[in-house]
Amino acid sequence: MAEVLQKNGVSAPRARWKHLDKILTRPGPFTDEDWVPGEDVIEGLSRTKILVIGAGGLGCEILKSLALSGFKDIHVIDMDTIDVSNLNRQFLFRHSDVGQPKATIAAKFVERRVPGVKITPFVGKIQDKDEDYYRQFTMVVCGLDSIEARRWINSTLVDMVDEDDPDSLKPLIDGGTEGFKGQARVILPTMTSCIECQLDMHAPRAAVPLCTLATIPRQPQHCIEWAHIIKWEEERKDVTLDTDDPEHITWLYQKALSRAKEFNIEGVTYSMTQGVVKNIIPAIASTNAIVAASCCNEAFKIATNTNPPLGLPGGNNYMMYSGDDSIYTYTFEHLKKDDCPVCGNVAKKLEVNGDMTLESFLESMAEKPEAQLKKPSIRSEEKTLYYQSPPSLEEQTRPNLKKELSELLENGEEVVVTDPAFQISFKFKLLFK
Amino acid sequence: MLKIWNMKQKQQQAETAASGGKKKKVTAAQLRVQKDLSELSLGSTMKTEFPNPDDILNFTLTIEPDEGMYKGGSFHFTFAINQNFPHDPPKVKCTQKIYHPNIDLEGNVCLNILREDWKPVLNLNAVIVGLQFLFLEPNASDPLNKEAAEDLKSNREGFKRNVRQSMTGGSVKGQSYERVQK
Ligand SMILES: [Zn+2]
Repeated sequence: MAEVLQKNGVSAPRARWKHLDKILTRPGPFTDEDWVPGEDVIEGLSRTKILVIGAGGLGCEILKSLALSGFKDIHVIDMDTIDVSNLNRQFLFRHSDVGQPKATIAAKFVERRVPGVKITPFVGKIQDKDEDYYRQFTMVVCGLDSIEARRWINSTLVDMVDEDDPDSLKPLIDGGTEGFKGQARVILPTMTSCIECQLDMHAPRAAVPLCTLATIPRQPQHCIEWAHIIKWEEERKDVTLDTDDPEHITWLYQKALSRAKEFNIEGVTYSMTQGVVKNIIPAIASTNAIVAASCCNEAFKIATNTNPPLGLPGGNNYMMYSGDDSIYTYTFEHLKKDDCPVCGNVAKKLEVNGDMTLESFLESMAEKPEAQLKKPSIRSEEKTLYYQSPPSLEEQTRPNLKKELSELLENGEEVVVTDPAFQISFKFKLLFK
Repeated sequence: MLKIWNMKQKQQQAETAASGGKKKKVTAAQLRVQKDLSELSLGSTMKTEFPNPDDILNFTLTIEPDEGMYKGGSFHFTFAINQNFPHDPPKVKCTQKIYHPNIDLEGNVCLNILREDWKPVLNLNAVIVGLQFLFLEPNASDPLNKEAAEDLKSNREGFKRNVRQSMTGGSVKGQSYERVQK
């Protein structure tokens, strides 16, 4: 290593990484005593396979910063194509790229600018991929604007954790921005507070009262929402609205425009219609840059152990940034929730006789010291097995009580038992003896 | 990464959880709805119906008010809950064409907690209580059916008569309504 560092002229192979190497090749005040700097750390970083979800405003920044931080095996998923309106901040795209998939173009651009880095794009939805796909990565960085997608990847990564396999634990680094505000957080699935635990940190989508839309619109956005929520249902109920279909947007735009005329409201445009209907949140390039940079530094620290990262158990895991009123940042520990439906309790393996009836199984739940359930309700992903409430559902599921477990469930299937007397739910993986 | 795993193993010793399987898992939305359903208090004026009992995300609620202007009626609502519940509120629609200031002819319902005031801490019980309240105290200041709201505001007695008229399947101001009496 030393030799390489001495030749720090432009042509030296690691000239580009001169500054990074200073951190990677010598111990610092925050490195662990048993951490060995040098070749192995550099090698480890370049072999770390990292997945970036999203190649939009945050994604472009994340891909660029990871590549410039020494990651060499980067994968990126994004289902979108480039729109002209992206070009102001999604700087990996040019006018000639409009209409092309974001993931592919972003990958090519960064590969061209940072020789030696390999970026593998996938154009599609994260839900198209299964656990086998996600298992290949060391960690996942998210730059998404959808809460639904975040919740999906979060629960997938939590479910993947196998207690006997260190490689199954994939740190999730999540960045998000909204205008001048943003956050970077690190989640160690099953170990620390997850996205589901932190659901209350996401402000719900600001909605205008339905009656305002219906009777007294005051803003151009109200007219668009009216066309979107009320008029579409009235006139095109049988067509599923596709917010990427220009014909659909045009239809909504025209309806909104005539309503705006009726109420003397100015300002309805096609692009505003698109923005309102797709819930496009104002994106500010510099906020994306700040949040993405923070995410990438955490990824670097986790991959190399040069410094303690955000998100270690018992430490801070959430950095919020607010530039709304001057600048304010606050880093804190968001606590894991015991009753979190995703990470709160991993399914316990439970051996049962397959010929046991559901009724006797539930009775045995009442006797289990850790459960002691009074009014248990139980379901699998597919079936409502038995619910105590509401009465109609109780009646519909009552016949299941007499059935044997093996009739109702497959061997190894997960069931969830809840009881109104308890905040937490019990998850069991039922293994037939 | 190794360091994190070592911490994980230390955590593990304190717990005794075993690993989850690779079979289909109950989703977070299903789990939350299961909890909400077990805490539902329907009383004697409401009942639910599940067209497919295995699908707890879609059901209908019937409200039969035992007091107020809508007494004697039977009102049906569909609940459609998506996998993003409870971040997203349930979608609730009235399946009948009724005369009500806060419900339009398409069945859209103006109830603040179904839209602008929805929070994940709210549960299904809060929603059904809110719906029930709309029949006890129709609200002229949040109109979705403008005519009905005007009637309620300007002439409460006349409004009451219109409600009775509409509930028997009659017309109010040229608009016909569905018969909703029990
Ligand atoms: Zn959680």
